[in-house]
Amino acid sequence: MTARTSGGVRFGIVVFPGSNCEYDTMHALGTFPEAEPYYLWHKDHDLRAPDVVILPGGFSYGDYLRTGAIARFSPLMREVAAFSDAGGLVMGICNGFQILTEAHMLHGAMLRNRGLKFVCRAQHLRVERTDTPFTRSLRVGDVVQIPVNHNEGAWTAGAESLQEIEDRRLVVFRYCDAQGNVTDDANPNGAVDNVAGLVNEGGNVLGLMPHPERVCESVVGGAGGRGLFDSLLEHVLEVR
Amino acid sequence: MFKVSVYVTPKAGILDPQGATVERALPALGFSGAIDIRVGRFITLLVEGDDESAVRADVDAMCRRLLANPIIEDYSFDLASVDGIGDDGNGIGGEAEAGE
Repeated sequence: MTARTSGGVRFGIVVFPGSNCEYDTMHALGTFPEAEPYYLWHKDHDLRAPDVVILPGGFSYGDYLRTGAIARFSPLMREVAAFSDAGGLVMGICNGFQILTEAHMLHGAMLRNRGLKFVCRAQHLRVERTDTPFTRSLRVGDVVQIPVNHNEGAWTAGAESLQEIEDRRLVVFRYCDAQGNVTDDANPNGAVDNVAGLVNEGGNVLGLMPHPERVCESVVGGAGGRGLFDSLLEHVLEVR
Repeated sequence: MFKVSVYVTPKAGILDPQGATVERALPALGFSGAIDIRVGRFITLLVEGDDESAVRADVDAMCRRLLANPIIEDYSFDLASVDGIGDDGNGIGGEAEAGE
């Protein structure tokens, strides 16, 4: 892995068979002048010196067996794991989040939505942590509106200890109402503790079910997702 | 060669909305008294080899690494010898083995 010291901030967008949000991610990143996004194919063996790796949304491998279960064994995922072990920034959006839990790069697992319905709607999220590279331009308690679009998004700690996950402050976003109240009514899928997104212990891997790349321009109905990409750009440019 | 049947079910305590929905549907059809319904997955496979304990160890590893997600699912499996080699003669195969 070669650290870059100048030029644009490189975002490697990993494409799996069945991914379908890679174009949205590419387009959204195109609205940030400092970003230099490029695609990676899941069979590649080289991440090509990214600053950030993004696992986009979609239905990798048709969601066969379990969401993300097959994609996690793609050749490139070995490189993604090595990159994150070395402190590299990885963000998994929706199916990307599912892949990261299956790969044990994030705690817990995904269950089918409570109510057995595919949910596709605008969603409010409360920001729980801003001491991460993904949320540093936001404020704790901020309410951002970012849409969800998934069938298996009920995050659960499962056999792992929820208390430990909460004690280590790994939860970064929770589903909430427009006022920021974390209620069961505001929970679109039955995720435990309204968890919408969480990081690993190192704080360099984030998974979230909502799609920030879909709300980066007011012309598409909102710009609530920009804060995450602003944060990443700020962070990468600062640590260089 | 062994024919292997793998059963994957949601762990106790894990939300199973499919099971809950089926449980609510049965009384509507006049079936009463069916409770604790869990919906899982049934996987069959043929595994080459004549050493049953080695095949068991392999299948257990397959379950842990791919076929089930041990964070949310339990698994068990049965083995049945299918070609005479290593056949134990009873034609039914081994007993179920509890997953982790």
